[in-house]
Amino acid sequence: MTQPLRLDVRPSATGGASDFELALDVPSDLGYVGPAVELIADRFKSGVLSPRRVRFNLRTALAEALANAIAYGNRHDPRRLVHVRVEAGRDAVHIHVTDAGAGFDPAAVPDPTLPGRLEREDGRGLFVLRSLVDHVAFSAAGNSICLTLRAG
Amino acid sequence: MTFSLTKGKNGVVVVGVDGQLIVGNRQDMKQKVLDSLDAGARKFVIDFTRTGYIDSSGLGVLVSLSKKIREQGGDLRLAGLNEDLQTLFELTKLDTLFAIAKTPAEALAAF
Repeated sequence: MTQPLRLDVRPSATGGASDFELALDVPSDLGYVGPAVELIADRFKSGVLSPRRVRFNLRTALAEALANAIAYGNRHDPRRLVHVRVEAGRDAVHIHVTDAGAGFDPAAVPDPTLPGRLEREDGRGLFVLRSLVDHVAFSAAGNSICLTLRAG
Repeated sequence: MTFSLTKGKNGVVVVGVDGQLIVGNRQDMKQKVLDSLDAGARKFVIDFTRTGYIDSSGLGVLVSLSKKIREQGGDLRLAGLNEDLQTLFELTKLDTLFAIAKTPAEALAAF
């Protein structure tokens, strides 16, 4: 991890006074995951999400999405960036994480809780992510994920 | 975010996870525990009392360490999970794979 992350903060173009948008480009190095998560989580110290959900649900889900985008989407290619866009409104927070990869079919990812897969080291990311947010949507190409955390 | 290894009574190594156990730092913890295993330690407690969050890579490293330690005739136990982290282990069914104690003291007493 050599270059500093720059978080772009702006009021929402469409929302009211309490709404804002964040944008962040993350290099494809797993060392950036922790710092990127903290930069974004810091913006939710008060407001739409409870401190507990920020500490755990938002942080963990965002870490999963970033790690997947860096490792599987961009294949650790340092020339590729992961784009994060956050829309914070009164009712919900939407987090879009987009990589420059070819996408994947989320339906083809096996259930990591099956007896034969339980002792595997990897393969839990998507399952954990789905468990921690209220809604998960993928772009048609499969290279962008949108996590929704409802207010509260 | 740091990991502290403390050798307690009966030679049990307590690993404190301060901050988070995630994709960016899991190798650091893995190496520290493996070094300790190489040096002869066999009983480990991972203490999550001061841990904010664990991602799936962190869970994965615990699974792999537990396996390696068991292969050497040792045992790895977890302690100090808050309600959210406990739920994470239950959702992923990893609570069936690990001995989980409420506190590090309880985990130590169980050896």
